Amino acid sequence: MAEFQPVLLANIDKDDSHTLRAYESFGGYAGLKRVFGEMSANDVKELVKGSGLRGRGGAGFPTGLKWTFLPKDYQGPIYFCCNADESEPGTFNNRILMEEDPHQVIEGLIISCFATASTTAYFYMRYEYPLAWKRMQAAIDECYEAGYLGKDILGSGYSLDLYLHRGAAAYICGEETGLIESLEGKRAWPRIKPPFPAVEGAFRKPTVVNNVETAACVKQIVDRGSDWFRSIGVQPDPDNPRDPGSFGPKLYCLSGHVEKPGCYEAPLGLTVNELIENYGGGVWKGRKAKAAIPGGISMGVLTADEFDCPLDFAGPGKYGCLGLGTGAVVVVDETVPMVDFLHNSCQFFEHESCGQCTPCREGTSWALKMVNRIKAGKGRLKDLDLLLEIADNIGIIPGTTICGLADGAAWPMKNAIRKFRDEFEEYLKRTNPNGYMETDPVPILEIIGAH
Amino acid sequence: MTNEERILTDEMIAEIKAFFPRYPSLQAVTLPALHVVNKRLRHVPLQAVVEIAKLLELSPAQVQDTLTFYGFFKQDEPHGRVRAWVCRSMSCHLRGADELLEHMCEKAGVEPGGTTTDGALTLEFGECLGACEFAPCVLANETLHKCVTKEQADEFVESLE
Ligand SMILES: Cc1cc2nc3c(=O)[nH]c(=O)nc-3n(C[C@H](O)[C@H](O)[C@H](O)COP(=O)(O)O)c2cc1C
Ligand code: SF4
Ligand code: FES
Repeated sequence: MAEFQPVLLANIDKDDSHTLRAYESFGGYAGLKRVFGEMSANDVKELVKGSGLRGRGGAGFPTGLKWTFLPKDYQGPIYFCCNADESEPGTFNNRILMEEDPHQVIEGLIISCFATASTTAYFYMRYEYPLAWKRMQAAIDECYEAGYLGKDILGSGYSLDLYLHRGAAAYICGEETGLIESLEGKRAWPRIKPPFPAVEGAFRKPTVVNNVETAACVKQIVDRGSDWFRSIGVQPDPDNPRDPGSFGPKLYCLSGHVEKPGCYEAPLGLTVNELIENYGGGVWKGRKAKAAIPGGISMGVLTADEFDCPLDFAGPGKYGCLGLGTGAVVVVDETVPMVDFLHNSCQFFEHESCGQCTPCREGTSWALKMVNRIKAGKGRLKDLDLLLEIADNIGIIPGTTICGLADGAAWPMKNAIRKFRDEFEEYLKRTNPNGYMETDPVPILEIIGAH
Repeated sequence: MTNEERILTDEMIAEIKAFFPRYPSLQAVTLPALHVVNKRLRHVPLQAVVEIAKLLELSPAQVQDTLTFYGFFKQDEPHGRVRAWVCRSMSCHLRGADELLEHMCEKAGVEPGGTTTDGALTLEFGECLGACEFAPCVLANETLHKCVTKEQADEFVESLE
């Protein structure tokens, strides 16, 4: 294969790349015009289905297939939600698209809405993206002005309204049904599924939720065709009939202890090593790596020996991680104690659990308390087993919670403790030489007199 | 209710009402309305919640329920003229965020979450700000401070009045 040329990021460094004028000068909105001129909604659906595009927001669900779950010939409104809540630690690719190439996202969204017969779309953006907010709002205004949004777009008879909706600093609003509840003006408590949003979503109507990068991919597929998309990435595993493959370019985010952190576009299937060495300039300060998060903190952690892990939808799972997630790699160098890594992860999930399910609310909060105790030099070997007991029992996978946040909280705990057990044990023995063997319950209640 | 007691100005009410046509339910205007008030008053006092509820034909408890779910909206007193979030999540943590937050708190003379006595600055920790390539980073109102050193943090705190 010829050397890969960025597509999604092709224009981000050009002058005024965020404006309609520049975007059109790069050929922007030509695809949309072709869709209206030549294609039916069903044609677009089939095209996207045929491309093998899988959602970029974390779950990797096939996009075209998701669209076909909408009820056929539905007479009422169908809503479209673009998920721009992007809050998974390590992840910032949506931000770059929205700041530097908002029209690419909007063109993909208009096409997606046309394909799914949605006439109202909500763009749910996290609060902490002030520049992306301004750029998206300006781009939407330009689109209304130019007739790409609003009534009877380009004389096609199809009408679409696109509204920005601003979040208020809560990670759980990225979970698609949490997003919907939040959009409806309620606390962002994820819903029990089924029903899935395609059947009953925003305002109890059929709804599609897609990520920002997914929308940008749709635009590229319309421009370049599904064969082009399938020529990039990883073919389905012939030994696994349920593997739909990992096609297309991906925006990998690289941060932590590397020389050149940044967002890099490469074919799905790039290895962690290649990302760090070929794009990130290697581990910083000439140090060695100890570990890396493969796709956002929820996905768990790889040891430095596992950096041949390919970053496709099936890759990280083969190394005991949860999945590809957002494709955000965070590199941890050899100086970092894994206790600190675990603490930071537990702290995040304790803070972000929405509190609806007891196993998640209590599990994340007790895990943090235990890791705090370990860091304070009061840890016991038994605590590692207790932490693993929590980790193995919270989440959708063990079937105890409503949403996947708890699985995301569990995975870094499982991976860190199982893959770095020796280091944790050494830490406990060193910091608590007289007590690390204790197995009795910790008499905290008596100490604070709270019987 | 007389005009003196009212917290929502006519301007705020007009801005909130402009959101109505966008959504099929009035309740969906809750977050936009809270943002409208928060932007101006830097907090959302209980009386504003009551007035928003009236506009949206909800009970005040419904609006209050949503508001309190997000740690974002203060109710008792306004946040500082600048509200700064120091990211503490993994990528920033690995590049010194904990020390940075501690340093900035010391410099400003506040605990995390606190506001300086002159009302210039509220300093909080934040979770991943989605700018991990610029770790450690600080979002201050609309400005993202990238790869912040302690010296830059000092300059930032000193620049506020
Ligand atoms: C706790 C949690 C947080 C999530 N956060 C995001 C997010 O910030 N952005 C996103 O696109 N998807 C997020 N997702 C995944 C969404 O639920 C959903 O799968 C996705 O938005 C669908 O879009 P896609 O098919 O285009 O990927 C999150 C999921 C969970 C469980
Ligand atoms: S798993 Fe956690 S975050 Fe998800 S709904 Fe339950 S309590 Fe909320
Ligand atoms: S971890 Fe600090 S911005 Fe992402």
